[in-house]
Amino acid sequence: MVEKRNGPTNVLIVGVGGQGVIMVSKVLAQLCQNHGYEVKQSEVHGMAKRGGGVFSHVRYGSAVWSPTIPEGEADVLLALEWAEALRWINFMNPDTGTFIADTQRIVPPFACRARGRGEEAGYAPQTPEEIMAQVRAGYAIDATSMAEDLGNLKAANTVLLGALSTTLEFPVEDWLEVIRGFVPPHSIDINMAAFAAGREWAQAGDKRVEESAKGLHKADVELQQQVITKLEITEEWCKGCDICVKMCPERCLRLNEQLVAELPDPSKCTGCRMCEWLCPDFAIKITNTPVLEAAE
Amino acid sequence: MNEAVKVASQDAALKPVAGPFTGNEAIARGVWEAGVKVAAAYPGTPSTEIMESVSKYPAADLHAQWSTNEKTALDVAIGASFAGVRAFAAMKHVGLNVAADALMSFSYIGVNAGLVIVVCDDPGIHSSQNEQDTRIFASFAQVPVIEPSDGQEALDFTKYAFELSEKFDTPVIVRATTRLSHTRSEVKVGARQDIQPRAFNENPSKNVMIPSNARNQHPKVLEREALVAEELASSPLNKVEINDTSVGVITMGLSYVYVKEVYPEASVLKLASSYPLSERLVRDFCDQVDRVIVVEELEPVVENALKVMGIRVEGKSLFPRVGEFSPEVVRDGFVNAGLLPEKIRKGNFDFAPMVRPPVLCSGCPHTSCFMALRALDGRVAGDIGCYTLSVVEPLKSMDTCVSMGSSIANAVGMAKAGTQTKPIIATIGDSTFLHSGIPPLIDAVYNQANITVFLLDNHITAMTGGQDHPGTGKTLRGEETARVDFVKLIKALGVEWCETVDSYDMASMYQSLREAVEFKGVSVVISDRPCVLDPQKIKGDPFKVDQNKCVACQSCMNLGCPALTWSSGWHEGRHKVEINPESCMGCSICAQICPTDSIAL
Repeated sequence: MVEKRNGPTNVLIVGVGGQGVIMVSKVLAQLCQNHGYEVKQSEVHGMAKRGGGVFSHVRYGSAVWSPTIPEGEADVLLALEWAEALRWINFMNPDTGTFIADTQRIVPPFACRARGRGEEAGYAPQTPEEIMAQVRAGYAIDATSMAEDLGNLKAANTVLLGALSTTLEFPVEDWLEVIRGFVPPHSIDINMAAFAAGREWAQAGDKRVEESAKGLHKADVELQQQVITKLEITEEWCKGCDICVKMCPERCLRLNEQLVAELPDPSKCTGCRMCEWLCPDFAIKITNTPVLEAAE
Repeated sequence: MNEAVKVASQDAALKPVAGPFTGNEAIARGVWEAGVKVAAAYPGTPSTEIMESVSKYPAADLHAQWSTNEKTALDVAIGASFAGVRAFAAMKHVGLNVAADALMSFSYIGVNAGLVIVVCDDPGIHSSQNEQDTRIFASFAQVPVIEPSDGQEALDFTKYAFELSEKFDTPVIVRATTRLSHTRSEVKVGARQDIQPRAFNENPSKNVMIPSNARNQHPKVLEREALVAEELASSPLNKVEINDTSVGVITMGLSYVYVKEVYPEASVLKLASSYPLSERLVRDFCDQVDRVIVVEELEPVVENALKVMGIRVEGKSLFPRVGEFSPEVVRDGFVNAGLLPEKIRKGNFDFAPMVRPPVLCSGCPHTSCFMALRALDGRVAGDIGCYTLSVVEPLKSMDTCVSMGSSIANAVGMAKAGTQTKPIIATIGDSTFLHSGIPPLIDAVYNQANITVFLLDNHITAMTGGQDHPGTGKTLRGEETARVDFVKLIKALGVEWCETVDSYDMASMYQSLREAVEFKGVSVVISDRPCVLDPQKIKGDPFKVDQNKCVACQSCMNLGCPALTWSSGWHEGRHKVEINPESCMGCSICAQICPTDSIAL
């Protein structure tokens, strides 16, 4: 339970655009208002639908001034996505805060930009075990898989609300009543089950961790050889058709003044061979020589 | 859209508590309660939901509309005021720049029935191109500006603004900010006032701003400034809270709640309005305290006014002039002033958060357009809309973006400069084109500029969440109406080369673009594909990547599509790609790009 203090209770809800952060916070805000608290719920949207990070501050108590939670004073951090949980973790009160996060990983295209051999996605490397060892209290819960097992991925948020319900003082029936008002009629049953599942899971013990089976694929990383890539163009065979220039994924080829393909900056070539395969005149040759062999 | 608003309007009689309302919904409620008959707006974050909420109230009570731009919206409201009914316009801060011409003259004219403009500022630039402070605009136009600090005040102050408007014959600006607009809180509501229409005021010397009339009106505007300041000085909308008299804080709007949050011991003068400011009001307060500190977001409007009065005051020496205020920022200001101790409690995790910029949606019809523009290697003058996201990798194909409707005329200037060897292309969305892209297109034709205009028609105002406009054939209330025919319109303006393409057909779209840039003169390519989110979410069968065929070349990853991610498979040291079936909407662009035909249904 969040300890009662003089100030308002602060719940920070975070996730990725499209996940339903706003809906989750509206449920909580409505519940607080039904209980006669002053409540302020603040978010910023506009970019929210575009897959960027979304956050919503919910504050309730006898009086609430600022609509946003001061850093380090969130009583609960509720995260719908793992990397977003880590982004906001310092907003949580380090002495009294509770951490609740879905271990689901949504890897943005921006994290898959590295082109070197053996590069991993630029996703948060911290594991749920590492983080749970450092927070005061909380749960890392694979809510998305739990919801999927119940038959609807979208009920993951309700699983998390079930977990959240164990840390706030509102009676279960009141939670369910508000949730019923927010979800479409045909999915009421599944959301009721999702809430119960999340609540039961959290009640089974503090600091529980359940890792998501989804997300990154660290398990089968091969040992990647370091290679030296070399691209050779047989100028006499090139007729300047432009195919390699247009098809190069790294956009590192161009036609020179004689309309012959050239590679101005060899460091940009990743050796993917696309140009070699597509050249109708066999004018391009790529060699990927392992570093060890090159040294010999 | 909002259950609370629906309930409130059905139960119009008296439901004392409603919500939680966002600030925008509270403003809309205030507009309805004030007996407004005509309301108009152009969407713009963070103001968009005001007019959407207004439109939830019965059509019998008031006419609510999307206008083609903010100036049109304000002119519609002005017309309604002339005709004797209370009128309202809403816009974002930069929208007021567009409406400024009408506002500056209408300030001289004054109102018949009350006219209120809600302007939403965006401190912190959450979704805008700048963070200009509307309070300076208000003083420039000599129009009073009222600043609510929470949802309840958003409703009450909006209602009060109409009274002030009519009492002093002036338009009134209510200034909200992103944080107020998008914060939900409990709001006490009232009934709708029954305001009888006024007769048309047949008085050209007041209503027609020819020079001789304008010269007569200007002194009246100055008199009005003093009278309104005096009225506001006695208003119960101000709050004077005398606590510890060693420090007195003068503040307004959202800054007030941050002061109360971090420094409740201070004496506070909360102003209902930064302009016009009564010297009597601030002197009375300053005389009671030893040290005066002004806490105001963005510009030092009140601080400077106090300095002109000769009052010793601190403000921007302690608090930043840029960015959004928060409890931390306001607290830091008081720490700088030596009034609060440094904060001790802080989280101790120190890792850099993962970068997660907003991206174009899976299946967005803009994605392939900008992929083609990058391949074309043109000089691209961009505009305001979702497509501005193509400025960053991996699409990275926009060179400039200034303000609504700037792209086409920017391109004309680039062409006339004669310095650019690349083809010059302007990209503009359908709603932005109708907002302010038509006059510059006429300019381009008239001045025979050699440019290509890429009109990205996704059949909606997408960036702000899917609002209708004259190109959708639907009104704000969802009624069928006339629909702008872009091809006919563009040809009527004198454009000789105009072709419509499907941006889901990568090859023919790219070919059309190539032909368009070859054309000497103004050419227009129209991409005709609906937004995947609005007005309805589009979801087709997801594509799959054949892991046996993928050679990890990363060509598809250059789309930046959020449905594409790395799989566990590798090829020559690079991750193969897989498609998330939940988010793939089946546009097929990645399959068209894949050089090894590894992507299929």
